[in-house]
Amino acid sequence: MKLAGFFLLLAGGGLVLTAVALLASPLSRTIFVLAGAGVEALGMVLVARAHLPKHGDRG
Amino acid sequence: MTPLPIPTLSETSTALCFVLILLVPLAGAGVALINTGLGRSRSAAHSMMTSLVVIAIAALVYFACGFSWQGLVGRSAHLFTIGHAGWNWIAAESFFMRGLALDGSPASLAVLLQLFTVGLAALIPVGAGAERWRLGAICASTALLAGWTYPLFAHWVWGGGWLAQLGTNYGLGRGFVDAGGSSTIQVVGGLTALSIAWILGPRRGKYSAQGMPAAIPAHNTVFVIFGCVLALVGWLGLNSAGALLFAGVGVERVVLIAVNTMLAAASAGLTAAIITRLRFGKPDASLTANGWMGGLVASSAGCAFVKPAVAVIVGSVAGGLVVFTIEWLEFKLKIDDPGGAISVHAVGGIWGVLAVGLFAQIPGENAGQLLAQIVGIATLVGFVLPMTYGLNWLLNRLYPQRVAVGGERQGMDLHELGAEAYPEFVTHSDEFIPR
Repeated sequence: MKLAGFFLLLAGGGLVLTAVALLASPLSRTIFVLAGAGVEALGMVLVARAHLPKHGDRG
Repeated sequence: MTPLPIPTLSETSTALCFVLILLVPLAGAGVALINTGLGRSRSAAHSMMTSLVVIAIAALVYFACGFSWQGLVGRSAHLFTIGHAGWNWIAAESFFMRGLALDGSPASLAVLLQLFTVGLAALIPVGAGAERWRLGAICASTALLAGWTYPLFAHWVWGGGWLAQLGTNYGLGRGFVDAGGSSTIQVVGGLTALSIAWILGPRRGKYSAQGMPAAIPAHNTVFVIFGCVLALVGWLGLNSAGALLFAGVGVERVVLIAVNTMLAAASAGLTAAIITRLRFGKPDASLTANGWMGGLVASSAGCAFVKPAVAVIVGSVAGGLVVFTIEWLEFKLKIDDPGGAISVHAVGGIWGVLAVGLFAQIPGENAGQLLAQIVGIATLVGFVLPMTYGLNWLLNRLYPQRVAVGGERQGMDLHELGAEAYPEFVTHSDEFIPR
């Protein structure tokens, strides 16, 4: 899950950069940048869940 | 729009800028005191010693190789081209700052400022890893931050890199704008703090078997509050010098920057105090201090481009964000961050960067500024976080970063330094008794 989360973070970042570099229309660029940020948010959720202490683990 | 090059400064402006830069180490002193005060007494000497070592290593590594990746606007760099636009991704300076004239020019002042700010960025993770992060590992992690992570992102923003050129290449306002380092210093440090907190795991005894966090109160609130005051002085220098050197503003804006910095910190600290008073019946000193720091962090990015009333709003939101995210991280995500570094520096910094896009009135073209700021935030979360986590994860595989169980129980002072901060005190502790 941790690896998938980091993959999503990188994929979201890649989507943002691709949108900036390849899309000319401000609207489509904005939509794809926000979509990339959304993918990153999903990645953060996965990474955060992967780091939750296991049940009974007191640190 | 082209990113503004490092400005030419008059003799008076150069002298003023130099004095402002000399205030910046006080920001580091403030952060060190806050980290120490928020921890337990048995690790206090370790915390202060660590802070000094971190500042030293950061400066030396930045001198040796960090500057060569970061560079300055208008100097040699590596680019690749996509379509019509050149993407400037890393500087191509010599190691050990060879070829750089330290002659009082704006470029040399920018380098001097960086020697201090890289140490400030490296101090931030120390707060998150307090009481369980080995000194040797801290040194190695600091070298990674000062030698690679910080210079790379700082080049993108302050060195004429691709984020700074979003305006030139793609018409996104003035490009990514961060005058005082909300992103380059604070968010980079804050995301590294998050990585360290994840890799180290919580302190022993922090969470019960049911996952409930135990309160481990600050051992010296006086240190914490005094650290906030010192940090304010440091931030006044940081924001002013950063805006002069990296945002191309004139000396006439220094007063506005100082007013905005003070107002943001004041409103953030009071917001945190009011929120904790309303929620817990009494204002919480630790959270109020963290709120104050969050306001300073958030003020940096747009300090030269917003009106004072907006600085109050930016600070108030930062103060609220810090209080709620500290609780959220501790209770929901089970992240043990004794110094509140993640909330203050990562969350506060991201809010500061976003606030530039929402509120700033930057001379020239403003259309697309918000999108440029969002692209910068996405870059931090999408690339800098995986990079800094990956580097520290690898370091942890080669050289375990967490102290042994016995050392954590004994306290970092005795275990790693062989002497306590308060040798005349006898401490008793029951936090290792299973609950």
